[in-house]
Amino acid sequence: MAPHIARRTRVALMTIVMFGIVVAFLAPLAQMTLTSLKSERQISQAHAPLLPSDPRTYTYRGQRYDVYLVPVDGAVRELALVKKGRTESGFVDPAAPEKGVITWRGSWRGLQPSWTLAPRWSNYSDVWNLIDFPRLLFNTVAIALIGTLGTVLSCTLVAYGFARFRFPGRGPLFTLLIATIFLPATVTLIPMYTVFAKIGWVGTWLPLLVPTFFANAYNVFLLRQYFMTIPREMDEAASIDGAGPLRTLRSVIVPQAWPAIAAVTLFHFVYTWNDYFTPLVYLSGQPDLQPLQVGLAAFNGLYTHNPAYIQAGTMMTIAVPVLLFVCFQRTFVRGIMSTGVDK
Amino acid sequence: MSRMARREARHGLLFILPWIIGFLAFTAIPLVATFAFTFLNISLSESEPLRFVGLENYRRLLGDGQAWASLLVTARFALLWLPVVVVLPFLLAVAINSRNVRGGGLLRVLLFMPYVVPFVAGALIWQNMLVEDGWINSALRRIGVAHPPSWLNDPTWVIPGLVLIGLWGLGSGIIINLAGLRAVPTHLYDAARLDGAGWWRRLRHVTIPMMSPVLFYTMILAVVDVMQYFLVPLVLFDGSGDPGGATRFFNLYLYQTFFTFQEMSYGSTLAWLLFVITLIVTLVLFRLSRHWVHYTSER
Repeated sequence: MAPHIARRTRVALMTIVMFGIVVAFLAPLAQMTLTSLKSERQISQAHAPLLPSDPRTYTYRGQRYDVYLVPVDGAVRELALVKKGRTESGFVDPAAPEKGVITWRGSWRGLQPSWTLAPRWSNYSDVWNLIDFPRLLFNTVAIALIGTLGTVLSCTLVAYGFARFRFPGRGPLFTLLIATIFLPATVTLIPMYTVFAKIGWVGTWLPLLVPTFFANAYNVFLLRQYFMTIPREMDEAASIDGAGPLRTLRSVIVPQAWPAIAAVTLFHFVYTWNDYFTPLVYLSGQPDLQPLQVGLAAFNGLYTHNPAYIQAGTMMTIAVPVLLFVCFQRTFVRGIMSTGVDK
Repeated sequence: MSRMARREARHGLLFILPWIIGFLAFTAIPLVATFAFTFLNISLSESEPLRFVGLENYRRLLGDGQAWASLLVTARFALLWLPVVVVLPFLLAVAINSRNVRGGGLLRVLLFMPYVVPFVAGALIWQNMLVEDGWINSALRRIGVAHPPSWLNDPTWVIPGLVLIGLWGLGSGIIINLAGLRAVPTHLYDAARLDGAGWWRRLRHVTIPMMSPVLFYTMILAVVDVMQYFLVPLVLFDGSGDPGGATRFFNLYLYQTFFTFQEMSYGSTLAWLLFVITLIVTLVLFRLSRHWVHYTSER
């Protein structure tokens, strides 16, 4: 084989393997989508088809009968079961009902039902009402928006301080900031919870919102790295024009750094949207204030018997972050690439 | 210090003030308080007068079989999870970056995508995959496994099951590894090729040494995360530790101690133990890193 053909084969093979891995990796999304559209009955039945379906029925002389796949003379025919018997049963051919009842020898219990495609969109409207989706959505959006505002504001200020001003202890303080990334959150949780409980903040949004206004290491780092790439001459030009530090930040840095600010906005919004533990701890017993993830976990506990509902609810809570990702995937990927820090 | 320099320093400190306040209020003081709590008898459920109890909480910890058993559960999960979370993103990134694979950009996006799926949702999606007649077992039956494991009901298989669920969180690791791979100078590969090195020797002698800081970084973060792992089983099994106590993770026990039973002091003692173990493991890894992590001179 010529070398370039060998190389082409290798490329084709490896590419196919990689896309195979991706298909397997994303298959759960497909199963979620299909399950969310099925009936409870189909899920509980063995040998049911892959796609959301209902058993086919046929109305014969004003009565509804189930249609089965019946082997007759070596061929499988779809016939409606009108008279159940132990050793022989009566069937009617929906294609030719005028021929009357056909008697078939065998146990009808061994037959497979015939299915017809029937996505159950009503699962979504059911879940919408059952978990009071509008309320959960409102809480999630409100918490995420306020928290994102706090994060973007505070992290921009702090990153600007670290990127542009010399002050004693700047190096050690920045190292300390980065070190907090590696500190297990568990080790600071209990005193914070105790204090929040004592001052009456548990059961309110305050423990979720207030800390966002005091900056966090990941986002400060991301913004600072970006600010450092903006030429200092631009600041100096602004300050010669008489701009103070805040005006320079607003009129020079922020307009230049919008890709990094967009990344922080998206990261924090999705992070808050997806957060489960903080609202679980601080909002337990307050269903009216809880966000989607807490509501979804509780819903899972209540409706274990109906996987379709669970999967429909799940789909409803992932729609927003997945859509944001589809629209802004470049910003997400670049954000993580530029920090090398994951959240 | 000149007046200008003093003004600059004042401005700088003013800008970072939000973080300094936040660091003191939400990190430094709580960290010290966690330690202080371990010598007290704070409980939100009982109104006992506040009292210094010396080492009583530590004595209780030593005799607390449940705490040590749960630590073992966490360790068992960590042993399986850590190699996966460090090695798999690296291998996938190497494959995406390979000259023999087309569509790297698309692969990158698709593999990263589940990272934005909320983990509660992710856990429930995978629960649907891992049930008795879910797609995973259907696929296993099709390739000839007559009795595929009952992932979420079998104490032995639930840990691998949780590892599978965790795969959806690997996206950021892949991206970080890709960023690292892009930074490896191509002339190193060219030189290795000239020396007749095959792909394995290039991986072993160029890629892995050049990527060692990235691998080390992902490993440290993974250790910190895995020590605190418990939220996925909390969602799936409602904190019961099912099946058969196999998911009674250390952090679940800690969470129930301080949250369900409101025992703040004993919870803090458990948190402090977790912190000390994490610190020791991290320090050991740093020590060992001298032998295998190579920082290029530019860093």
